[in-house]
Amino acid sequence: MAAKKVGKSTVRFASPPIIVGTGTIAGPVEGKGPLAADFDVVLPDHAYGERTPERSETKILEQASRIAIERAKIEKSMVDYYIAGDLLNQVISAGFSARQLAIPYFGVYGACSTCAMSLALAGMVIDGGFADYVLVACSSHYQTAERQYRYPIELNIQRKTTSQYTVTGAGAALLASSGVGPKVTWATTGKVTDLGSKDINDMGGAMAPAAADTLLAHFDDTGRGPSDYDLILTGDLASFGSEMLRELVRDNGVELGDNYRDCGLMVFDTKSQRVGAGGSGCACSAVVTFGHVLKEMEKGTYRNVLLIATGALMSPLSFQQGESIPCIAHAVAIEA
Amino acid sequence: MTYLFAFLVGGAICAIGQLILDFTNLTPGHMLVLLTVAGAIAAGFDLYKPLLEFAGAGALTPVSGFGASIARGALAEAKRMGILGLFTGVFEYTGMGIAVAVFFGALVALIANPKA
Amino acid sequence: MASQKAKKQVSSLPHMTQAAQEEKRRQLAYKELVQKKKPRPRYLRNVLVAFVVGGAIAVLGQLVLRFFMSRGLDLDAASAPTLAVMILVGVIATGLGIYDELGELAGAGAAVPITGFANTIVAAAMDYKREGWVLGMGAKMFLIAGPVIVYGTLAGVVVAFIKFMTSP
Repeated sequence: MAAKKVGKSTVRFASPPIIVGTGTIAGPVEGKGPLAADFDVVLPDHAYGERTPERSETKILEQASRIAIERAKIEKSMVDYYIAGDLLNQVISAGFSARQLAIPYFGVYGACSTCAMSLALAGMVIDGGFADYVLVACSSHYQTAERQYRYPIELNIQRKTTSQYTVTGAGAALLASSGVGPKVTWATTGKVTDLGSKDINDMGGAMAPAAADTLLAHFDDTGRGPSDYDLILTGDLASFGSEMLRELVRDNGVELGDNYRDCGLMVFDTKSQRVGAGGSGCACSAVVTFGHVLKEMEKGTYRNVLLIATGALMSPLSFQQGESIPCIAHAVAIEA
Repeated sequence: MTYLFAFLVGGAICAIGQLILDFTNLTPGHMLVLLTVAGAIAAGFDLYKPLLEFAGAGALTPVSGFGASIARGALAEAKRMGILGLFTGVFEYTGMGIAVAVFFGALVALIANPKA
Repeated sequence: MASQKAKKQVSSLPHMTQAAQEEKRRQLAYKELVQKKKPRPRYLRNVLVAFVVGGAIAVLGQLVLRFFMSRGLDLDAASAPTLAVMILVGVIATGLGIYDELGELAGAGAAVPITGFANTIVAAAMDYKREGWVLGMGAKMFLIAGPVIVYGTLAGVVVAFIKFMTSP
């Protein structure tokens, strides 16, 4: 009997895990954005002194993780599990950072939904009594993502109106069974949703149905509504995707108000920075949530936050073979 | 005067490329292949030589001119030495450019790193 | 949400199960919604900038062509060195990191001229060298330029063959 399961796809943590420390690192473009002051480290350039952008991504993921442990004022050896993921093939950034950290490790892949997905998993591990400290982290990097999913960096390519800019950065959070800080209270696991989009230049539009599905499931399962949260935050739907999400949930009788925002639109100033429709990538929701939103919760700006991180589960291979883009979204509720 | 025609024709071919990009879902790679093939076919209908004389580099430098140059090279060699010339001629006009791209491309890659 | 058009298209698929039809209907309805709401490119601006930048590159090419023709080469003979010089220009602009900026600005205006062809080769070479000089740079240099050469050659040979066989 799953006593903590609520409705079809939501869990309610009986003893909610507490976020006792965070670490965020952002890239040079994010460092010129509106949230620059909230990040622990801003990189001077994409390379960060490394030979390849992949090494640079591993480095920032590891450093963000170490910052989170430091902030929690515990020893690294006390961390029971490290749950991490990124966008690259075989989640190499996470695996390679785990090699340096030497903490028992679960590598996860949820594309850009990794942040919420790993928070949900960490919550289950802690609430299940399997751990006292779980470190969750994820990263993305503009150059590594461009190379893997799109084109070489120096290629002449004009962005489409719905193209997004992969956030360079890493975010980590240390969850604990006891302590002081915001709590992860609910987690709704998404189903893979695919409304047949094949437009590789429009991830927001492809992922919006998954976000809508998970959001509606969360409200169904918990009996809550949009007004129960001070902030409903999607991961990286960007301008077009968030517009589509509003449309889709409106069709189901749910109206999203001013308390709905998207990390991809918060991390950049999409008017003055040339980033297309907004940010994307695992780090997008991670640096905004762990860097900005949790700080605002500490100040008392927000008390109840619902994070819905969305991910597109295609690969360059599946796209070239003409497959549509399956998408997923996971939601976690964070309360001060 | 040729400079004006070069500007107009070169610009127009690029504008066609842009319309393909903006009005279809084709990737830049598909668009370039389409224009290249279109250039080669135009050369087959004897359309490209007059355009070349009229607009000079305006017809030569777009990628469609690259396709036309391949077709024209193949045909010129075939006329000179028979059917085998089809194959020896394809890179008659374009081979130098490809060799330059490979050689200096490798040289640049040796010293420069991607920035943006 | 499913519009008339979407319903009509689906009813032509009687072999599908109820659930599959419903799913297909949702997909079509969403596709329509996306097409209706998706922000359009700035068509006029894009075409004008592509026209001007592409035209300007052609004028530069014309200067080079004139130079070789003033040295006594005829139009055919001057074509090859002109293409080569323009490719060199594209190579250098890429190495300096400015050609991708030009591409963002001008779209096809930067991609269609032969300088853009050079850019695809150098950009790939610079990027993939990190996977090794042989299997990285060597293998992937023509990642984007390759199709142009392949289909240019296929079309060129076929066209020239037909022309060769039909001309007296």
